[in-house]
Amino acid sequence: MRVIAWLVEGTWPACVDAVRAHAPGDAEVVLLHVSGPDVPAVAHGAFAGLLGRRGQDPGDRLEALGGTSATALLGAAAERLGRPCVREERSGRVEREVVAAAEGAGLLVLARDGDRSRLGPRSLGPAVRFAVDHAPCPVLLVWPEPAPRLDTIPPPPPHHHP
Amino acid sequence: MAVPAAGIAVATGAISLGHARAEAERLGPVVGFLAAVLVLAHFCDVEGLFQACGAWTARWAAGRPVRLLTAVFALASVITAVLSLDATIVLLTPVVFATAARTGVRPKPHVYACTHLSNTASLLLPVSNLTNLLAFAASGLSFTRFAALMALPWLAAIGVEYLVFRRFFARDLAAAAPAGRDTGEPPELPLFALVTVGCTLAGFVVASAFGVEPAWVAAAGALVLAGRALVRRKAGPLTVVRAAAPAFLAFVLALGIVVRAVVDNGLADVLGRVMPGGTGLPALLWVAALAALLANLINNLPAVLVLLPLAAPAGPGAVLAVLLGVNIGPNLTYAGSLATLLWRRIVHQHEHDVDLREFTRLGLLAVPSSLAVAVVALWGALRIM
Repeated sequence: MRVIAWLVEGTWPACVDAVRAHAPGDAEVVLLHVSGPDVPAVAHGAFAGLLGRRGQDPGDRLEALGGTSATALLGAAAERLGRPCVREERSGRVEREVVAAAEGAGLLVLARDGDRSRLGPRSLGPAVRFAVDHAPCPVLLVWPEPAPRLDTIPPPPPHHHP
Repeated sequence: MAVPAAGIAVATGAISLGHARAEAERLGPVVGFLAAVLVLAHFCDVEGLFQACGAWTARWAAGRPVRLLTAVFALASVITAVLSLDATIVLLTPVVFATAARTGVRPKPHVYACTHLSNTASLLLPVSNLTNLLAFAASGLSFTRFAALMALPWLAAIGVEYLVFRRFFARDLAAAAPAGRDTGEPPELPLFALVTVGCTLAGFVVASAFGVEPAWVAAAGALVLAGRALVRRKAGPLTVVRAAAPAFLAFVLALGIVVRAVVDNGLADVLGRVMPGGTGLPALLWVAALAALLANLINNLPAVLVLLPLAAPAGPGAVLAVLLGVNIGPNLTYAGSLATLLWRRIVHQHEHDVDLREFTRLGLLAVPSSLAVAVVALWGALRIM
Protein backbone atom coordinates (compact mmCIF):
# COMPACT_ATOMS: atom_id res chain seq x y z
CA MET A 1 0.00 0.00 0.00
CA ARG A 2 1.15 3.53 -0.83
CA VAL A 3 0.68 6.38 1.69
CA ILE A 4 0.90 9.95 0.37
CA ALA A 5 1.67 12.72 2.88
CA TRP A 6 0.99 16.17 1.42
CA LEU A 7 3.35 18.57 3.21
CA VAL A 8 2.81 22.34 3.38
CA GLU A 9 5.00 25.01 5.01
CA GLY A 10 4.09 25.54 8.65
CA THR A 11 1.82 22.52 9.12
CA TRP A 12 3.86 19.61 7.75
CA PRO A 13 5.16 18.11 11.05
CA ALA A 14 1.63 17.02 12.01
CA CYS A 15 1.31 15.08 8.74
CA VAL A 16 4.66 13.34 9.25
CA ASP A 17 3.67 12.42 12.81
CA ALA A 18 0.35 11.05 11.56
CA VAL A 19 2.19 8.84 9.05
CA ARG A 20 4.42 7.56 11.86
CA ALA A 21 1.37 6.80 13.99
CA HIS A 22 -1.03 5.35 11.42
CA ALA A 23 0.78 4.06 8.31
CA PRO A 24 1.38 0.29 8.28
CA GLY A 25 5.03 -0.69 8.68
CA ASP A 26 5.23 -2.22 5.18
CA ALA A 27 3.60 0.75 3.44
CA GLU A 28 5.48 2.78 0.84
CA VAL A 29 5.53 6.36 2.12
CA VAL A 30 5.60 9.26 -0.37
CA LEU A 31 6.35 12.76 0.97
CA LEU A 32 4.73 15.22 -1.44
CA HIS A 33 5.31 18.96 -1.79
CA VAL A 34 3.58 21.06 -4.44
CA SER A 35 4.83 24.53 -5.42
CA GLY A 36 2.05 26.77 -6.73
CA PRO A 37 2.69 29.16 -9.59
CA ASP A 38 1.01 32.14 -7.94
CA VAL A 39 3.79 33.52 -5.73
CA PRO A 40 6.44 33.78 -8.50
CA ALA A 41 3.68 35.07 -10.80
CA VAL A 42 3.03 38.00 -8.44
CA ALA A 43 6.71 38.94 -8.72
CA HIS A 44 6.58 38.53 -12.51
CA GLY A 45 3.62 40.90 -12.59
CA ALA A 46 5.25 43.55 -10.40
CA PHE A 47 8.31 43.40 -12.63
CA ALA A 48 6.19 43.81 -15.75
CA GLY A 49 4.73 46.94 -14.15
CA LEU A 50 8.23 48.47 -14.10
CA LEU A 51 8.15 48.45 -17.92
CA GLY A 52 11.54 46.76 -18.14
CA ARG A 53 13.74 49.25 -16.36
CA ARG A 54 15.90 46.42 -14.97
CA GLY A 55 17.36 43.30 -16.51
CA GLN A 56 16.54 40.48 -14.12
CA ASP A 57 12.96 39.34 -13.45
CA PRO A 58 12.62 38.57 -9.69
CA GLY A 59 9.93 35.99 -10.52
CA ASP A 60 12.61 33.77 -12.09
CA ARG A 61 14.68 33.96 -8.91
CA LEU A 62 11.60 33.10 -6.85
CA GLU A 63 10.97 30.00 -8.96
CA ALA A 64 14.55 28.82 -8.43
CA LEU A 65 14.45 29.59 -4.71
CA GLY A 66 11.09 27.82 -4.40
CA GLY A 67 12.64 24.61 -5.70
CA THR A 68 15.47 24.82 -3.18
CA SER A 69 13.15 25.43 -0.25
CA ALA A 70 10.84 22.56 -1.24
CA THR A 71 13.85 20.24 -1.28
CA ALA A 72 14.88 21.46 2.17
CA LEU A 73 11.37 20.96 3.55
CA LEU A 74 11.18 17.39 2.22
CA GLY A 75 14.63 16.71 3.66
CA ALA A 76 13.58 17.87 7.13
CA ALA A 77 10.38 15.84 6.86
CA ALA A 78 12.23 12.67 5.83
CA GLU A 79 14.50 13.12 8.83
CA ARG A 80 11.52 13.50 11.17
CA LEU A 81 9.82 10.47 9.62
CA GLY A 82 12.84 8.25 10.30
CA ARG A 83 11.95 5.49 7.85
CA PRO A 84 12.55 4.91 4.14
CA CYS A 85 10.37 7.12 1.95
CA VAL A 86 10.05 8.60 -1.53
CA ARG A 87 10.26 12.42 -1.93
CA GLU A 88 8.10 13.92 -4.65
CA GLU A 89 8.21 17.56 -5.74
CA ARG A 90 5.51 18.79 -8.05
CA SER A 91 4.58 22.21 -9.35
CA GLY A 92 1.32 23.49 -10.77
CA ARG A 93 -2.15 24.18 -9.43
CA VAL A 94 -1.67 22.86 -5.92
CA GLU A 95 -5.00 21.17 -5.16
CA ARG A 96 -5.17 19.45 -8.56
CA GLU A 97 -1.60 18.19 -8.34
CA VAL A 98 -2.37 16.66 -4.93
CA VAL A 99 -5.42 14.83 -6.26
CA ALA A 100 -3.43 13.60 -9.25
CA ALA A 101 -0.62 12.37 -7.00
CA ALA A 102 -3.13 10.48 -4.82
CA GLU A 103 -4.38 8.34 -7.70
CA GLY A 104 -4.02 4.66 -6.81
CA ALA A 105 -2.79 5.41 -3.28
CA GLY A 106 -4.02 3.57 -0.20
CA LEU A 107 -4.12 6.70 1.97
CA LEU A 108 -3.74 10.49 1.60
CA VAL A 109 -2.57 12.34 4.73
CA LEU A 110 -3.10 16.10 4.87
CA ALA A 111 -3.42 18.88 7.44
CA ARG A 112 -6.20 21.44 7.92
CA ASP A 113 -5.22 24.81 6.45
CA GLY A 114 -8.11 27.10 7.45
CA ASP A 115 -9.24 28.90 10.61
CA ARG A 116 -8.05 26.51 13.28
CA SER A 117 -9.37 28.39 16.31
CA ARG A 118 -12.60 26.39 16.33
CA LEU A 119 -14.03 23.08 15.15
CA GLY A 120 -16.00 23.35 11.96
CA PRO A 121 -15.97 23.59 8.17
CA ARG A 122 -13.94 26.80 8.12
CA SER A 123 -10.92 24.90 9.40
CA LEU A 124 -10.46 23.74 5.81
CA GLY A 125 -9.10 26.29 3.33
CA PRO A 126 -9.92 26.10 -0.38
CA ALA A 127 -6.97 23.85 -1.31
CA VAL A 128 -7.56 21.20 1.38
CA ARG A 129 -11.31 21.41 0.81
CA PHE A 130 -10.76 20.58 -2.87
CA ALA A 131 -8.38 17.72 -2.07
CA VAL A 132 -10.75 16.19 0.51
CA ASP A 133 -13.75 16.52 -1.81
CA HIS A 134 -11.98 15.04 -4.84
CA ALA A 135 -9.49 12.55 -3.37
CA PRO A 136 -9.64 9.20 -5.25
CA CYS A 137 -8.55 7.31 -2.09
CA PRO A 138 -9.10 7.19 1.69
CA VAL A 139 -8.13 10.43 3.47
CA LEU A 140 -6.58 11.08 6.88
CA LEU A 141 -7.22 14.73 7.84
CA VAL A 142 -5.18 15.94 10.82
CA TRP A 143 -5.03 19.08 12.99
CA PRO A 144 -1.62 20.79 12.72
CA GLU A 145 -1.76 21.52 16.44
CA PRO A 146 -3.97 20.05 19.23
CA ALA A 147 -7.61 20.29 18.11
CA PRO A 148 -9.81 23.06 19.61
CA ARG A 149 -12.22 22.13 22.41
CA LEU A 150 -15.69 20.77 21.72
CA ASP A 151 -17.35 23.91 23.08
CA THR A 152 -16.03 25.90 20.08
CA ILE A 153 -18.98 24.43 18.15
CA PRO A 154 -21.88 26.91 18.23
CA PRO A 155 -25.05 25.65 19.97
CA PRO A 156 -27.54 23.87 17.67
CA PRO A 157 -30.29 26.03 16.17
CA PRO A 158 -33.69 25.81 17.95
CA HIS A 159 -35.73 22.79 16.91
CA HIS A 160 -37.74 23.48 13.80
CA HIS A 161 -41.16 21.90 13.19
CA PRO A 162 -42.32 22.08 9.58
CA MET B 1 9.06 50.95 -28.97
CA ALA B 2 8.50 54.41 -27.49
CA VAL B 3 11.64 55.80 -29.14
CA PRO B 4 10.48 55.23 -32.76
CA ALA B 5 6.99 56.41 -31.72
CA ALA B 6 8.52 59.65 -30.47
CA GLY B 7 10.43 59.94 -33.76
CA ILE B 8 7.19 59.50 -35.73
CA ALA B 9 5.39 62.05 -33.54
CA VAL B 10 8.07 64.64 -34.32
CA ALA B 11 8.35 63.70 -38.01
CA THR B 12 4.62 63.89 -38.67
CA GLY B 13 4.32 67.21 -36.90
CA ALA B 14 2.09 65.81 -34.14
CA ILE B 15 4.44 67.66 -31.82
CA SER B 16 6.57 70.63 -32.86
CA LEU B 17 10.33 70.26 -32.62
CA GLY B 18 10.39 73.09 -30.11
CA HIS B 19 7.87 71.36 -27.82
CA ALA B 20 9.75 68.07 -28.14
CA ARG B 21 13.01 69.77 -27.18
CA ALA B 22 11.34 71.57 -24.26
CA GLU B 23 9.92 68.25 -23.05
CA ALA B 24 13.34 66.56 -23.34
CA GLU B 25 14.99 69.44 -21.46
CA ARG B 26 12.36 69.23 -18.72
CA LEU B 27 12.77 65.46 -18.37
CA GLY B 28 16.57 65.41 -18.68
CA PRO B 29 17.35 66.19 -15.01
CA VAL B 30 14.62 63.79 -13.85
CA VAL B 31 16.13 60.99 -15.92
CA GLY B 32 19.58 61.77 -14.52
CA PHE B 33 18.18 61.67 -10.98
CA LEU B 34 16.57 58.29 -11.74
CA ALA B 35 19.83 56.90 -13.12
CA ALA B 36 21.63 57.89 -9.91
CA VAL B 37 19.02 56.21 -7.69
CA LEU B 38 19.12 53.02 -9.78
CA VAL B 39 22.92 52.87 -9.48
CA LEU B 40 22.74 53.57 -5.74
CA ALA B 41 20.30 50.68 -5.15
CA HIS B 42 22.27 48.30 -7.36
CA PHE B 43 25.51 48.83 -5.44
CA CYS B 44 23.74 48.60 -2.08
CA ASP B 45 22.85 45.09 -3.24
CA VAL B 46 26.48 44.46 -4.25
CA GLU B 47 27.54 45.57 -0.74
CA GLY B 48 25.19 42.92 0.69
CA LEU B 49 22.60 45.29 2.18
CA PHE B 50 19.60 43.26 1.06
CA GLN B 51 21.05 39.92 2.19
CA ALA B 52 21.74 41.47 5.60
CA CYS B 53 18.15 42.78 5.76
CA GLY B 54 16.88 39.27 5.07
CA ALA B 55 19.04 37.81 7.83
CA TRP B 56 17.92 40.47 10.35
CA THR B 57 14.24 39.89 9.67
CA ALA B 58 14.69 36.12 9.87
CA ARG B 59 16.34 36.40 13.27
CA TRP B 60 13.84 38.89 14.61
CA ALA B 61 10.78 36.98 13.36
CA ALA B 62 12.16 33.58 14.49
CA GLY B 63 9.64 31.62 12.43
CA ARG B 64 6.58 33.56 13.63
CA PRO B 65 4.60 34.58 10.52
CA VAL B 66 2.91 37.70 11.97
CA ARG B 67 6.23 39.03 13.25
CA LEU B 68 7.78 38.34 9.86
CA LEU B 69 4.96 40.26 8.15
CA THR B 70 5.52 43.22 10.48
CA ALA B 71 9.25 43.14 9.74
CA VAL B 72 8.65 42.89 5.99
CA PHE B 73 6.27 45.87 6.17
CA ALA B 74 8.87 47.98 7.98
CA LEU B 75 11.70 46.89 5.72
CA ALA B 76 9.85 47.22 2.41
CA SER B 77 8.48 50.63 3.42
CA VAL B 78 11.92 52.02 4.25
CA ILE B 79 13.67 50.42 1.24
CA THR B 80 10.98 51.68 -1.13
CA ALA B 81 11.07 55.20 0.32
CA VAL B 82 14.85 55.52 0.27
CA LEU B 83 16.03 53.35 -2.65
CA SER B 84 12.87 53.45 -4.81
CA LEU B 85 10.22 50.90 -5.69
CA ASP B 86 12.50 49.19 -8.21
CA ALA B 87 14.80 48.13 -5.39
CA THR B 88 11.92 46.57 -3.47
CA ILE B 89 10.57 44.64 -6.46
CA VAL B 90 13.82 43.49 -8.02
CA LEU B 91 16.19 43.21 -5.07
CA LEU B 92 14.14 42.83 -1.87
CA THR B 93 11.34 40.47 -3.03
CA PRO B 94 13.65 37.48 -3.69
CA VAL B 95 15.36 38.05 -0.32
CA VAL B 96 12.00 38.13 1.48
CA PHE B 97 10.86 34.98 -0.29
CA ALA B 98 14.08 33.18 0.63
CA THR B 99 13.80 34.37 4.23
CA ALA B 100 10.24 33.07 4.56
CA ALA B 101 11.07 29.76 2.92
CA ARG B 102 14.21 29.25 4.99
CA THR B 103 12.40 29.87 8.28
CA GLY B 104 9.51 27.60 7.27
CA VAL B 105 6.90 30.36 6.89
CA ARG B 106 4.46 30.43 3.96
CA PRO B 107 5.90 33.06 1.61
CA LYS B 108 2.68 34.26 -0.04
CA PRO B 109 1.61 37.12 2.31
CA HIS B 110 5.17 38.41 2.49
CA VAL B 111 5.74 38.43 -1.28
CA TYR B 112 2.35 40.12 -1.79
CA ALA B 113 3.39 42.67 0.86
CA CYS B 114 6.54 43.51 -1.12
CA THR B 115 4.60 44.12 -4.33
CA HIS B 116 1.87 46.18 -2.61
CA LEU B 117 4.33 48.25 -0.57
CA SER B 118 6.53 48.93 -3.59
CA ASN B 119 3.57 51.06 -4.68
CA THR B 120 1.96 52.24 -1.43
CA ALA B 121 5.22 53.02 0.39
CA SER B 122 6.61 54.97 -2.57
CA LEU B 123 4.85 58.16 -1.45
CA LEU B 124 7.38 59.58 0.99
CA LEU B 125 10.37 61.02 -0.89
CA PRO B 126 10.89 62.36 -4.42
CA VAL B 127 13.38 59.50 -4.99
CA SER B 128 10.92 56.75 -4.00
CA ASN B 129 9.22 56.49 -7.38
CA LEU B 130 9.82 57.82 -10.88
CA THR B 131 6.33 59.32 -10.75
CA ASN B 132 7.43 61.33 -7.70
CA LEU B 133 10.53 62.59 -9.51
CA LEU B 134 8.36 63.82 -12.36
CA ALA B 135 5.85 65.44 -10.00
CA PHE B 136 8.59 66.88 -7.80
CA ALA B 137 10.02 68.73 -10.79
CA ALA B 138 6.56 70.06 -11.66
CA SER B 139 5.41 70.93 -8.13
CA GLY B 140 8.04 73.53 -7.23
CA LEU B 141 8.27 72.04 -3.72
CA SER B 142 11.60 71.67 -1.90
CA PHE B 143 12.82 68.15 -1.07
CA THR B 144 12.09 68.54 2.65
CA ARG B 145 8.67 70.12 2.14
CA PHE B 146 7.69 67.32 -0.24
CA ALA B 147 8.72 64.74 2.38
CA ALA B 148 7.02 66.64 5.22
CA LEU B 149 3.70 66.85 3.35
CA MET B 150 3.84 63.19 2.29
CA ALA B 151 4.94 61.72 5.65
CA LEU B 152 1.43 61.50 7.10
CA PRO B 153 -0.21 60.06 3.94
CA TRP B 154 2.70 57.57 3.68
CA LEU B 155 2.22 56.31 7.24
CA ALA B 156 -1.57 56.25 6.94
CA ALA B 157 -1.56 54.28 3.69
CA ILE B 158 0.94 51.73 5.04
CA GLY B 159 -1.11 51.35 8.23
CA VAL B 160 -4.29 50.60 6.26
CA GLU B 161 -2.43 48.10 4.07
CA TYR B 162 -1.12 46.36 7.19
CA LEU B 163 -4.61 45.96 8.65
CA VAL B 164 -5.97 44.65 5.33
CA PHE B 165 -3.10 42.14 5.04
CA ARG B 166 -3.54 40.86 8.61
CA ARG B 167 -7.19 40.08 7.87
CA PHE B 168 -6.85 38.92 4.26
CA PHE B 169 -4.02 36.48 4.95
CA ALA B 170 -5.15 35.46 8.46
CA ARG B 171 -5.12 31.75 7.52
CA ASP B 172 -1.59 31.74 6.07
CA LEU B 173 -0.33 33.83 8.98
CA ALA B 174 -1.77 31.36 11.50
CA ALA B 175 0.39 28.51 10.18
CA ALA B 176 3.33 28.83 12.57
CA ALA B 177 6.63 27.36 11.49
CA PRO B 178 7.90 24.31 13.33
CA ALA B 179 10.32 25.45 16.03
CA GLY B 180 14.07 25.10 15.66
CA ARG B 181 14.35 25.92 11.97
CA ASP B 182 17.51 27.63 10.82
CA THR B 183 17.31 31.39 11.23
CA GLY B 184 20.68 31.91 9.59
CA GLU B 185 24.08 33.23 10.52
CA PRO B 186 24.26 36.64 12.20
CA PRO B 187 24.72 38.97 9.22
CA GLU B 188 27.75 41.12 8.62
CA LEU B 189 26.80 44.79 8.86
CA PRO B 190 27.15 46.46 5.42
CA LEU B 191 28.35 49.61 7.17
CA PHE B 192 29.72 51.38 4.11
CA ALA B 193 26.44 51.11 2.18
CA LEU B 194 24.40 52.20 5.22
CA VAL B 195 26.61 55.23 5.89
CA THR B 196 26.57 56.24 2.23
CA VAL B 197 22.78 56.01 2.00
CA GLY B 198 22.44 57.88 5.32
CA CYS B 199 24.76 60.64 4.11
CA THR B 200 22.86 60.84 0.81
CA LEU B 201 19.58 61.33 2.69
CA ALA B 202 21.13 63.98 4.92
CA GLY B 203 22.59 65.54 1.78
CA PHE B 204 19.09 65.86 0.27
CA VAL B 205 17.95 67.87 3.28
CA VAL B 206 21.04 70.12 3.31
CA ALA B 207 20.99 70.62 -0.47
CA SER B 208 17.32 71.50 -0.30
CA ALA B 209 18.06 74.19 2.32
CA PHE B 210 20.72 75.74 0.05
CA GLY B 211 18.67 75.43 -3.14
CA VAL B 212 21.00 72.84 -4.73
CA GLU B 213 19.38 70.27 -7.06
CA PRO B 214 18.99 66.99 -5.06
CA ALA B 215 19.91 65.06 -8.22
CA TRP B 216 23.55 66.08 -7.59
CA VAL B 217 23.42 64.56 -4.10
CA ALA B 218 22.02 61.31 -5.48
CA ALA B 219 24.74 61.28 -8.13
CA ALA B 220 27.41 61.77 -5.44
CA GLY B 221 26.04 58.86 -3.39
CA ALA B 222 25.88 56.65 -6.46
CA LEU B 223 29.45 57.60 -7.44
CA VAL B 224 30.80 56.76 -3.98
CA LEU B 225 29.26 53.27 -3.95
CA ALA B 226 30.03 52.55 -7.62
CA GLY B 227 33.56 53.91 -7.21
CA ARG B 228 34.22 51.62 -4.26
CA ALA B 229 32.99 48.61 -6.23
CA LEU B 230 35.21 49.64 -9.17
CA VAL B 231 38.30 50.10 -6.97
CA ARG B 232 37.72 46.73 -5.30
CA ARG B 233 37.18 45.18 -8.73
CA LYS B 234 33.70 43.95 -7.74
CA ALA B 235 32.31 45.63 -10.85
CA GLY B 236 33.48 46.95 -14.22
CA PRO B 237 32.46 50.27 -15.82
CA LEU B 238 29.99 48.34 -17.98
CA THR B 239 28.14 47.10 -14.87
CA VAL B 240 27.74 50.69 -13.69
CA VAL B 241 26.29 51.75 -17.04
CA ARG B 242 24.00 48.73 -17.10
CA ALA B 243 22.81 49.44 -13.53
CA ALA B 244 21.65 52.86 -14.73
CA ALA B 245 19.35 51.14 -17.28
CA PRO B 246 20.17 53.43 -20.25
CA ALA B 247 17.50 51.83 -22.46
CA PHE B 248 14.86 52.61 -19.88
CA LEU B 249 16.08 56.20 -19.51
CA ALA B 250 15.71 56.65 -23.28
CA PHE B 251 12.25 55.10 -22.99
CA VAL B 252 11.21 57.67 -20.36
CA LEU B 253 12.38 60.58 -22.53
CA ALA B 254 10.59 59.19 -25.59
CA LEU B 255 7.46 58.44 -23.58
CA GLY B 256 7.42 62.03 -22.35
CA ILE B 257 7.51 63.31 -25.95
CA VAL B 258 4.79 60.88 -27.12
CA VAL B 259 2.53 61.79 -24.20
CA ARG B 260 3.13 65.49 -24.86
CA ALA B 261 2.05 64.94 -28.48
CA VAL B 262 -1.16 63.19 -27.35
CA VAL B 263 -1.88 65.87 -24.74
CA ASP B 264 -1.29 68.69 -27.26
CA ASN B 265 -3.66 67.04 -29.72
CA GLY B 266 -6.83 67.10 -27.66
CA LEU B 267 -6.38 64.99 -24.52
CA ALA B 268 -5.71 68.11 -22.45
CA ASP B 269 -9.14 69.52 -23.37
CA VAL B 270 -10.93 66.27 -22.54
CA LEU B 271 -9.24 65.71 -19.17
CA GLY B 272 -9.25 69.44 -18.35
CA ARG B 273 -13.03 69.25 -18.22
CA VAL B 274 -13.06 66.52 -15.54
CA MET B 275 -10.20 67.96 -13.45
CA PRO B 276 -11.57 70.00 -10.54
CA GLY B 277 -9.95 73.20 -9.40
CA GLY B 278 -8.92 73.96 -5.81
CA THR B 279 -7.52 71.81 -3.05
CA GLY B 280 -10.56 71.19 -0.84
CA LEU B 281 -11.04 67.62 0.40
CA PRO B 282 -13.63 66.65 -2.25
CA ALA B 283 -11.41 68.05 -5.03
CA LEU B 284 -8.36 66.14 -3.74
CA LEU B 285 -10.35 62.91 -3.46
CA TRP B 286 -11.65 63.32 -7.00
CA VAL B 287 -8.16 64.05 -8.41
CA ALA B 288 -6.67 61.02 -6.62
CA ALA B 289 -9.47 58.72 -7.82
CA LEU B 290 -9.10 59.95 -11.38
CA ALA B 291 -5.33 59.43 -11.25
CA ALA B 292 -5.76 55.91 -9.83
CA LEU B 293 -8.22 55.04 -12.58
CA LEU B 294 -5.97 56.34 -15.34
CA ALA B 295 -2.92 54.57 -13.84
CA ASN B 296 -4.84 51.29 -13.93
CA LEU B 297 -5.77 51.76 -17.55
CA ILE B 298 -2.43 52.82 -19.05
CA ASN B 299 0.29 52.36 -16.34
CA ASN B 300 1.14 55.09 -13.86
CA LEU B 301 4.06 56.54 -15.80
CA PRO B 302 2.09 57.85 -18.78
CA ALA B 303 -0.76 58.65 -16.38
CA VAL B 304 1.37 61.00 -14.31
CA LEU B 305 2.82 62.62 -17.46
CA VAL B 306 -0.71 63.30 -18.72
CA LEU B 307 -2.13 64.59 -15.42
CA LEU B 308 0.74 66.74 -14.13
CA PRO B 309 0.32 69.70 -16.50
CA LEU B 310 -3.41 69.72 -15.66
CA ALA B 311 -2.93 69.52 -11.89
CA ALA B 312 0.05 71.87 -11.54
CA PRO B 313 -1.92 75.15 -11.90
CA ALA B 314 -4.07 74.20 -8.86
CA GLY B 315 -0.93 74.06 -6.69
CA PRO B 316 1.23 71.46 -4.95
CA GLY B 317 -1.77 69.93 -3.14
CA ALA B 318 -3.36 68.79 -6.38
CA VAL B 319 -0.01 67.49 -7.70
CA LEU B 320 0.49 65.41 -4.54
CA ALA B 321 -3.08 64.09 -4.81
CA VAL B 322 -2.27 62.93 -8.35
CA LEU B 323 0.74 61.12 -6.88
CA LEU B 324 -1.35 59.36 -4.24
CA GLY B 325 -3.61 58.08 -7.02
CA VAL B 326 -0.93 56.96 -9.46
CA ASN B 327 1.24 55.38 -6.74
CA ILE B 328 -1.39 53.49 -4.71
CA GLY B 329 -3.73 52.79 -7.64
CA PRO B 330 -1.61 50.17 -9.48
CA ASN B 331 -2.16 47.68 -6.64
CA LEU B 332 -5.60 47.13 -8.12
CA THR B 333 -4.31 45.47 -11.29
CA TYR B 334 -1.79 42.69 -11.35
CA ALA B 335 1.15 43.99 -13.51
CA GLY B 336 0.25 47.58 -12.66
CA SER B 337 -2.19 48.33 -15.45
CA LEU B 338 -4.65 46.74 -17.82
CA ALA B 339 -2.41 47.69 -20.74
CA THR B 340 0.56 45.78 -19.29
CA LEU B 341 -1.71 42.87 -18.39
CA LEU B 342 -3.02 42.56 -21.94
CA TRP B 343 0.50 42.83 -23.28
CA ARG B 344 1.65 40.03 -20.93
CA ARG B 345 -1.30 37.88 -21.94
CA ILE B 346 -0.31 38.25 -25.58
CA VAL B 347 3.39 37.54 -25.00
CA HIS B 348 3.10 34.72 -22.44
CA GLN B 349 0.06 32.84 -23.61
CA HIS B 350 0.98 29.43 -22.30
CA GLU B 351 2.42 30.41 -18.96
CA HIS B 352 0.88 29.66 -15.60
CA ASP B 353 -0.42 32.91 -14.27
CA VAL B 354 -1.38 34.45 -10.99
CA ASP B 355 -4.78 33.79 -9.43
CA LEU B 356 -6.31 37.03 -10.70
CA ARG B 357 -9.39 36.72 -8.51
CA GLU B 358 -7.34 36.63 -5.32
CA PHE B 359 -5.05 39.45 -6.41
CA THR B 360 -7.95 41.65 -7.46
CA ARG B 361 -9.94 40.88 -4.30
CA LEU B 362 -6.96 42.04 -2.23
CA GLY B 363 -6.60 45.14 -4.40
CA LEU B 364 -10.30 46.00 -4.11
CA LEU B 365 -9.97 45.90 -0.31
CA ALA B 366 -6.62 47.67 -0.02
CA VAL B 367 -6.61 50.34 -2.73
CA PRO B 368 -9.82 52.33 -2.10
CA SER B 369 -9.35 52.27 1.68
CA SER B 370 -5.65 53.20 1.74
CA LEU B 371 -6.14 55.82 -0.98
CA ALA B 372 -9.05 57.48 0.82
CA VAL B 373 -7.21 57.54 4.15
CA ALA B 374 -4.03 58.85 2.49
CA VAL B 375 -5.93 61.68 0.76
CA VAL B 376 -7.53 62.72 4.05
CA ALA B 377 -4.06 62.65 5.64
CA LEU B 378 -2.67 64.80 2.81
CA TRP B 379 -5.54 67.25 3.20
CA GLY B 380 -4.76 67.43 6.93
CA ALA B 381 -1.03 67.91 6.28
CA LEU B 382 -1.77 70.73 3.82
CA ARG B 383 -3.95 72.43 6.46
CA ILE B 384 -1.31 72.19 9.22
CA MET B 385 1.79 73.07 7.18
